[in-house]
Amino acid sequence: MTTHADPAAAIEPATAFAGAATGKIICNACPVLCNISEGRSGACDRYANLQGVLTRLDPLVLLKKPIHSTSSAMPPEEAEPERLFVTGIGATTTYPDYKPAPFIVSSRGAGVDTVTVVTEGIFSYCSFKVKIDTDRYLGPEQASVRCEGELVGHVTTAEYGSQMLSLGGVHHLTGGSKKEGRVACETMLKLGNKAAVTLEIEGGSSVVVQAGKAPIINGVTERRMRVGCGSATIGIFAPQWREHVDEVIVVDDHITGVLTEHQAGRYLDMPPAGIRIIGKKSTPGRYFQVAQPGMGWGGTDITDPLTIVERIDEKKAWPGMRVLFVSTTGEDFAYFVLNEALQLKSAVMPDAVQKVVDRIGENCEPALCTVLFLGGAGGSLRAGVTENPILLTRSIKDRLTKVTCGGAESYVWPGGGIMVMADVSCMPDNSFGTVPTPAIVAPIEFSLTLADYLALGGYADQVRTLDDVLQRAKHVIQ
Amino acid sequence: MGDQATRAVLADGRDHWQHGPIDLIIEVWGEPAAVSAAKKLAWQGFSGILPALVEELAALRQPLQQHQPAQFNGAVAQRMLAACEPFAAQFITPMAAVAGAVADEVMAIFAQAPGITKAYVNNGGDIAATVKPGESLKIAVFDVVTRKIGTVPIYFEAPWRGVATSGWRGRSFSLGIADAVTVLAATAAQADAAATMIANAVNLEHAAIQRAPACALKDDTDLGELLVTTAVAALPAALVAQALRAGADTAQECVSRGLIAAALLQLQGQWHTTGHDSRLTFWEK
Repeated sequence: MTTHADPAAAIEPATAFAGAATGKIICNACPVLCNISEGRSGACDRYANLQGVLTRLDPLVLLKKPIHSTSSAMPPEEAEPERLFVTGIGATTTYPDYKPAPFIVSSRGAGVDTVTVVTEGIFSYCSFKVKIDTDRYLGPEQASVRCEGELVGHVTTAEYGSQMLSLGGVHHLTGGSKKEGRVACETMLKLGNKAAVTLEIEGGSSVVVQAGKAPIINGVTERRMRVGCGSATIGIFAPQWREHVDEVIVVDDHITGVLTEHQAGRYLDMPPAGIRIIGKKSTPGRYFQVAQPGMGWGGTDITDPLTIVERIDEKKAWPGMRVLFVSTTGEDFAYFVLNEALQLKSAVMPDAVQKVVDRIGENCEPALCTVLFLGGAGGSLRAGVTENPILLTRSIKDRLTKVTCGGAESYVWPGGGIMVMADVSCMPDNSFGTVPTPAIVAPIEFSLTLADYLALGGYADQVRTLDDVLQRAKHVIQ
Repeated sequence: MGDQATRAVLADGRDHWQHGPIDLIIEVWGEPAAVSAAKKLAWQGFSGILPALVEELAALRQPLQQHQPAQFNGAVAQRMLAACEPFAAQFITPMAAVAGAVADEVMAIFAQAPGITKAYVNNGGDIAATVKPGESLKIAVFDVVTRKIGTVPIYFEAPWRGVATSGWRGRSFSLGIADAVTVLAATAAQADAAATMIANAVNLEHAAIQRAPACALKDDTDLGELLVTTAVAALPAALVAQALRAGADTAQECVSRGLIAAALLQLQGQWHTTGHDSRLTFWEK
């Protein structure tokens, strides 16, 4: 087998006479079906017949960046100071799948022959999981997420300091209207290629999401991810407040903390300040549901902190008592002193208190959107790697074969199939493409030792050396 | 799947649509919603262009015969024919305008779409544009020999919406020796056909010029056994001027017949412009 040209195409009447000519191959990369002689390129100048092999001339992306190795499949790079990794970007795909993958490359690392099978996979089953570092209310869990009015995903379980979206997927790509599929596909393409996408959450907010960038929620750029919940903030900063204030209330959508009731305040022998706040008391000094979720303080709808004060206990509070209200990011704060009538009166915040408020901010990480690609490579794509696809699946499960996406580390979800997850920020720019199905095209590489590759029924006669790829395939090194 | 149209957004935000030999760079200005709607519409039509061309490909590769009008079904094929017919007295196949005609076909969507202020579709150097009142576009032309850059302006008041370049250095074969002939015309297809014919006319016989039968270089070429230029070594300045004059005559004829607005001919550092548009400033350093 020396040609990737579809054998079926050779018996088409239109091209049958060409068979008499020697050394010609039919390029089936596009409907033109060029008949290409040895040493020439087709009408597109993108595919050529090089020694009987249909060869892609478009640049294949090679990464200079070493791929972090966690398995035996990719030995340490001590043998090669400048190791090159061939990515699936620009590798193109084959169709039907049983044809060997476009590039099966062998290179030597630390004395062990490694093989990387490189392809651009067409993923019908794939989605993007988006983590948005914010406590601001984006919308209820399970709410629909729309782009340009079309359903493209939903809000999923909130995680630590973050709201989570699940976008794309087979039901939106091909299960709905044609327009829904098209918009879902475009949304996924943009997310994967690190472009900004504006999403509308039903019953919630409008959010602009871009991998590696801060989310923009209802037109406001989020800056900080909270330092912790209200209770955690109390736990972290209690000793620093001890000398400068008599009470601190940390407003948070999840758990609002009250310093003198909290275990942290008690341990520091702080006298109860007697400020009773609304909400459902959990354990001492920790309150749930103090307010509704919203765009105010700490992801609540609070804009005036005094609205959460239910009453002030006259037996415990005292005139001159110093009270700080602060959010979990330190972005919102207010300082009060009790007057003779035990009313909270706004006062100038002392520098020592401001310093601790600022420290909350310093301890917040920048709010980011992170986008993970999740794709199923357990289907026919495997046939481009081996004639016995289950052996590839097992080899991945056994960690003999390493899977990367555009050179980016991936996590393979345990269980059936080959479900890979990769951070699009670690992939080269514009790694993703689309086909009109609609479906997403993404680079995927399988790396393993040559011995393991042959053992799983790999296309031994298709293995090319890295030097050969460098010499014969047009490429760019990033 | 390899045989399907693909699209990607380049790092600078331009669109890159590709299908077999068709390779488009697209940029559209206007209301964001309108731009996105127009791109969607254009993309829907895009994947059908190549299969329709392939259906009539054999006939499109045949030379046009004067007084024997050809007929084609496909919209792009008809654009190719219309652009090439004025040159049927000489050897020409509709393929001379294929790149420009594809650019025009995609551009037709943007030109008609509401909310678009300007747009261009660049099919490997053959460019279709649209501009609304008050808008203009500058297309840069690069001289590979002198490394100078010129600009071809496209503006609303003039009817010229197509720019195309032909020459032996380009992707398509040329019978002539011009480094590049850039033409401004009403459509990209017309510019494409005229640039091909003018570049063919920039010619002379000299030992410094290497030629080979087109069919010896590429399979399935529409040029058959015609000799195409494969290399041009340095020519005496007087001969460069002579070859340019030959091309300039053809260019002037195209202008006189109303087929094109202007042409820029480049050969070994010398250049010649033909055209009547006063706002056409080919060489701005």
